[in-house]
Amino acid sequence: MATSNSVETPVARSRSRGGLARGSAWRGVRRNETLAGYLFLLPNFAGFLVFSLIPIVAAFGLTFTDWNLIGERRFVGLENYRTLLADDLFWQTARNTLYYTFGAVPAGVFIAFWLALLLNRNMRGVVFFRTIFFLPHVTLTVAIALVWAWIYHPELGLINYGLERIGINGPRWLQSTTWAMPAIIVMSNWKGIGYAMLIFLAGLQAIPQDLLEAATIDGATWFQRLRHIVVPLLAPTTFFILVTSFIGAMQAFDQFYVMTQGGPAYSTTTLVMYIFQNGFQWFQMGYAATVAMVLFASIFAITALQWKFGQSWVYGNEGAE
Amino acid sequence: MSQHNLPNDRGRAINTGDVLAWLLLSVLGVFWLMPFLWMLSSSLKSLAEIYSFPPNLLPEQLQWWNYIDAWNAVPFARFFVNSVIVSVGTTAGVLLTSSMAGYSFSRLRYPGRDKLFLAYLATMMVPFPVLIIPLFILMGRVGLVDTLIGLILPAAFSAWGTFLMRQFMLSIPREVEEAARVDGASYWRIYAQIILPLCKPVIATLGIFTFLGSWNEFLWPLIMISSVQNKTLPLGLTMFQGQAAVETPWQLVMAAATFSILPVLVLFVLGQKYYVRGIATTGVKG
Repeated sequence: MATSNSVETPVARSRSRGGLARGSAWRGVRRNETLAGYLFLLPNFAGFLVFSLIPIVAAFGLTFTDWNLIGERRFVGLENYRTLLADDLFWQTARNTLYYTFGAVPAGVFIAFWLALLLNRNMRGVVFFRTIFFLPHVTLTVAIALVWAWIYHPELGLINYGLERIGINGPRWLQSTTWAMPAIIVMSNWKGIGYAMLIFLAGLQAIPQDLLEAATIDGATWFQRLRHIVVPLLAPTTFFILVTSFIGAMQAFDQFYVMTQGGPAYSTTTLVMYIFQNGFQWFQMGYAATVAMVLFASIFAITALQWKFGQSWVYGNEGAE
Repeated sequence: MSQHNLPNDRGRAINTGDVLAWLLLSVLGVFWLMPFLWMLSSSLKSLAEIYSFPPNLLPEQLQWWNYIDAWNAVPFARFFVNSVIVSVGTTAGVLLTSSMAGYSFSRLRYPGRDKLFLAYLATMMVPFPVLIIPLFILMGRVGLVDTLIGLILPAAFSAWGTFLMRQFMLSIPREVEEAARVDGASYWRIYAQIILPLCKPVIATLGIFTFLGSWNEFLWPLIMISSVQNKTLPLGLTMFQGQAAVETPWQLVMAAATFSILPVLVLFVLGQKYYVRGIATTGVKG
């Protein structure tokens, strides 16, 4: 935000000079620039209007209707919301989504942090290692999900083979109501940790080195430097990663669809999958939109909450610096 | 050397910290690559070997033929072409609309500009899954369901891309276009001939991000596409699942997974610099 002002200063100066010299011509230029400004925005803005703004309003409107996509659209008032509150399946998918989110995100961010610490050094081959950990993030989720479905195969899979070698009879992973969700959490973190790691690395590299050196000279141990310098200075980065990871996890779909199709017994049906099923398998557009609105509200609430807590947490530490 | 780093900044001739880190990272790295290695190994096994237990870590005999079988099992050539069309189309769209909007938000001055920009950023908050129901209905109205254009259009506008472009363009000094302005060059010419050529790094960053994102996109094509000839790669990959009645040909699934990951890996390795830079800048600034 601050940058926009710094750019404007020289322009404003040159403008007023031109304005003085040419008088009314200046106003013409100005109007021209306004027009150009809007015209350059137009393609993007039209796209947003049609593909974001209008749909979100339409989605809200749909929550008050009952519609199977082909037949007549019926206004039902708050019926969908009443149904939702009494819908056990909805509550289960909401719980599943929270289970997944809170199972995956904190652990993933924690591991990513330590990995970034380990990789933040001038060492031969360090770029190679970074690439290894980052690689899963750029690969096709569907392909990766298929690979992990094969790894989790109850009879032929690599994991149960490994477990058998050390004398453990492995569970039926993706076919087990208990183990399917943890299995997907592990897979998702394997795929996603590289991204958080890279952001942590960027944050680590922005920490002023003299601060760490001064602390070392003062006799601070490695752990003290970590706790009192690195972690506080990294707080904004951590905060950013947490917020984006939470938002992402709440919308998880691909790996669930490929690995379990939401089963067994709806134990891995997430909210997005429930929207998908209601809308495109059961053709209850109104109800699907209602679930979507709840998802929207939850993501909004989580973000707002994190901002509220994050603000004091992040800036409190900055003030101490 | 190691003076610049946190975990071991007491410089020593032979750095035990580095050696330990190397060992730890090697173990972790092999562990991390395991799914990829297992995918490769499985893709080269015979069906009999796939279904034998305990599994061999490496194939007895390399079955290169699996790749051709997988390629022909479902029309992958078609899916590849579709994925390329959709990804290139989406990327071109995002680059054009984002750079234009970014130019407007950064280098032109008009009333309400910064307020508009803030409102714009707020649209980034709307999660895509919330939009799928109304978007699908909209696509039905305009007859774009089950078309590739229907996949490209909604994805061709990016608030994030606009943000990225704007931030980069703000850093270009004003003097660059001053001469052109005095000469009476149109805004379009200034944008196309002066500003855009200076934006190559950020265009590369946004381009790679958009391409990879589009290549991986699954939910929207899953909803939109019903006919086989319009499927993209991720949709095609899932066709193996329903197909086999008795035994899933896992060696073919793994071969298909391998060749659909490959182009993305090549692109990533080539453009790693820009990709990492994109994450670093937008990641930290939020």
